[in-house]
Amino acid sequence: MALDHQAKRDFKVVGTRVARPDGIDKVTGKAAYGADITAPGMLFGRILRSPHAHARIKSIDVSEAAKAPGVKAVVTSADFATPDDEYYADIRDNCLAREKVLYDGHAVAAVAATSKAAAKAAIRLIKVDYEILPHVTDVDEAMKPDAPVVQEGRALENVPAGMSQNVTSHFEFGHGDLDAGFAKADKIIERTFKTAATHQGYIEPQACMASLGADGRGEVWCCTQGQYMVRANCAEVLGIEASQLRVISSEIGGGFGGKTTTFIEPVALALSRKSGKPVKIVMTREEVLRATGPTVSTSMDIKIGMTNEGRITAARGELRYQGGAFPCGTVEFGAQAAFAAYDLEAVQTLGWNVMTNRPKEIAYRAPGAPTSIYAVESVVDELCQELGLDPLDVRLMNAARKGTLSAYGPTFSEIGLVATLEAAKAHPHYNAPLGPNQGRGLSCGFWFNFGGNTCVSLNINDDGTIGVVEGNPDIGGSRASISMMAAEELGVPYDKVRTVIADTTSLGFNDVTDGSRVTFAVGLATIKAARAAIQEMCKRVAKIWGIDEDAVLWEDGFAKPSGPNAGTHPPMSLAEIAAIAGNTGGPIAGHHEVNADGAGVSFGVHLVDTEVDPETGATKILRYTIFQDAGKAVHPDYVEGQMQGGAVQGIGWALNEEYIYGEDGRLQNAGFLDYRIPVASDLPSIETVILEIPNPGHPYGVRGVGETPIVPPLAAISNAVSRAAGVRMTELPMSPPRLLKAMSA
Amino acid sequence: MADGQEWVEVDASNFKQLLDELATKHPGLAPQIKRGVSLSLDGVIYREAWFTEIGPENEIILMPYMVGG
Amino acid sequence: MKMIPVETTINGDRTEFLCNSDESLLDVLRDRLGLTGAKEGCGTGDCGACSVTLNGRLVCSCLVLGVEVDGAEVETIEGMADGETLHPLQRIFIEEAALQCGICTPGILIAAKSLLEKNPDPTDTEVRYWLAGNLCRCTGYDKIIKAVQKAAAEMRAA
Repeated sequence: MALDHQAKRDFKVVGTRVARPDGIDKVTGKAAYGADITAPGMLFGRILRSPHAHARIKSIDVSEAAKAPGVKAVVTSADFATPDDEYYADIRDNCLAREKVLYDGHAVAAVAATSKAAAKAAIRLIKVDYEILPHVTDVDEAMKPDAPVVQEGRALENVPAGMSQNVTSHFEFGHGDLDAGFAKADKIIERTFKTAATHQGYIEPQACMASLGADGRGEVWCCTQGQYMVRANCAEVLGIEASQLRVISSEIGGGFGGKTTTFIEPVALALSRKSGKPVKIVMTREEVLRATGPTVSTSMDIKIGMTNEGRITAARGELRYQGGAFPCGTVEFGAQAAFAAYDLEAVQTLGWNVMTNRPKEIAYRAPGAPTSIYAVESVVDELCQELGLDPLDVRLMNAARKGTLSAYGPTFSEIGLVATLEAAKAHPHYNAPLGPNQGRGLSCGFWFNFGGNTCVSLNINDDGTIGVVEGNPDIGGSRASISMMAAEELGVPYDKVRTVIADTTSLGFNDVTDGSRVTFAVGLATIKAARAAIQEMCKRVAKIWGIDEDAVLWEDGFAKPSGPNAGTHPPMSLAEIAAIAGNTGGPIAGHHEVNADGAGVSFGVHLVDTEVDPETGATKILRYTIFQDAGKAVHPDYVEGQMQGGAVQGIGWALNEEYIYGEDGRLQNAGFLDYRIPVASDLPSIETVILEIPNPGHPYGVRGVGETPIVPPLAAISNAVSRAAGVRMTELPMSPPRLLKAMSA
Repeated sequence: MADGQEWVEVDASNFKQLLDELATKHPGLAPQIKRGVSLSLDGVIYREAWFTEIGPENEIILMPYMVGG
Repeated sequence: MKMIPVETTINGDRTEFLCNSDESLLDVLRDRLGLTGAKEGCGTGDCGACSVTLNGRLVCSCLVLGVEVDGAEVETIEGMADGETLHPLQRIFIEEAALQCGICTPGILIAAKSLLEKNPDPTDTEVRYWLAGNLCRCTGYDKIIKAVQKAAAEMRAA
């Protein structure tokens, strides 16, 4: 899937700033999100949750609840199937606990009743007999051999014998001779870092409405990043056929990775099957924080050696990530990403995945990378400080480029790291003067980005307009970009194209919206589907003109004769061809199904100025500039939006957001008052600089951009704050009490 | 066995053959292969593509399966 | 518990409903009146996604009881456009890409409209502090502030 070999293609639609198709519905309140649906006879579902961090379930008595006014069904995990696959068994056990509750908030049972109030009253009547067990919530504590064991027998074959059973997997990456590398260094810094768990903080709580008949046929409406994933999960957990379950994705009020799994949909289906009615479940904010999927919390050791001139000679990282009460694989991504920005002769990264009595982690933009890169970029910055070197020059000296053997294995092709670093160096922000108690920090960051399973159908309507059918929920404005690429390829105006997101019955399997994959993979499939439609249209026109198929070419929305033997024929527009499709063979369409590869990595550099108040420890963000390589910015407004939004999430992660667990293992701050995300008055304007180093794997050069922006802020802000406060910070978030303590130490 | 750290030799002309050979010749790798690996071929990552052709000149790295958010 | 009859005006239309004494205005709007534009993001008055105006005052409808609006005037996002003519704030939000997922957008539009009615020429800081009660997780607020200022300028010139 190589880049189109057109010398610097002149895009007509791609790269412009068009109005998005769902705009009017969203500014008028018409758009239908997860909780905005109702159905005749609908019941309200409510979930009973564990108040204990770790306990054995001795018995559950639902008899009183089942008799309560308005209650039509009560379910426990006994109402689920028993999938063989460990992956689905874990999802099933997370949706409703079986044998043990593993974290504060773990779902235990659910009721469906005729009103919200009746459901809320009924769950109080469910009697659960718990045997409370010792719990562990800290990653380092959980690794100790005598730690309370969250689940037995879950460790993979790569975990050395003798470790706590909470350690479920282990990974190592790297190349070169570390000892020789460190021996060459003039200065070595070794530091330990800790980060707290955070939550994606999507403003829309999970919500769904499910209907399942006795015949195994059902329908689910839900806010999700992947309707096919919901179908797969629900089919396995309920023991029904995927084809009999139709999943419709609503508009989604934020996902960021947090809605790439299921929590309430299987429960709603089970309640619906039992009651014979549609069941709606909407999570409260408290439930979202306690019992959906936060990030990992981490403990990390980083050791880097540098020469006096700034060349990194060796680097080693050991990462310990806890992913909640089920095994996770996130440390691998953290380990692979940690040193990815650098061209290193000797590098080693080790990672441990650990279980604790906390909710099961799930992705938050670039899973695993923000924390490991925070640690690495902090040590690089400290080395720059100690050696009196310019932080940007040091990055440039060690930057990975085309041809660099990356720290995680593959050799890089064209990448935009150097370009973003140079853009940062040339920017006025970099040399602007700083005042007292102010400091400047920077960090590189990146994400791998994915392709994945993708299906697109492109229909030429009889009036010459275009319908694109794709299977990926729009979480950032992708419908506009998809329509733009179709318009570009077909040579028609943008407003002739309508892109819709289909339910699971309309297309083959689509991977979830994640991995910054939609503009890349769905875009690629759309372009190919458009080309297939073009080929069909040219075929039809060739017949009309009585010439060979390859004597017809497509240009700017018209079929034209091409070549010496084509003859003279007035060009035919797409609309003209569409109008007579019935005469020439039938309706015209193109489709494309692929497991796309070739997504390009997206590098970014963030530059931030902070001011620390020495009396309160509060940090103010004074100035923030983001440089990122988008490959090709299809819709620049939405690329900027991803950069700004991701950066602000990173600001929250660095300065304020954290999951606070008490001694009792319960979450102390399960609400937006005390889980404090950034608000408008916390922030300055955020400047964005988009660079375009085309990705050879996409016809227009597109790289995914959505995840990278959350990676650099953690270290950029930590570096800025450390310089402003005069003390190196090694723990996140750098909330005022922590900063004050460090400054007075 | 640590992925990406050991260099091994196998006879294979596409990704699937490579994985099958590896699992047979190096049984310690079999569980990870079953869980899912991606293939990096001269720097380009292929997630699951069994029929990706590989030749004697290619640089091949195996990596664990990745997800995003 | 017997339900209580309430008579009120919503977006200029006379409206009657029955509700329980412990139901919030947000619940009433969404579950009884089909006005789902106001969203529940937190239920505790911290996110502003449920913002409406009550007798001209910006409030979180999750913190107002349904029975409290008897005899009052309520304005929601559904009343912001005039038929098919969008309010300048609505139109400019689309033009300036001041929304991504859009879940916070109704609340922010109601809040911004309320600000500009009181202060037609705010500074950026004043806009940011006024909107501090409206959480947005997608945009980082940057394009929202710019859109509000652009709309304010257009409304001043009109």
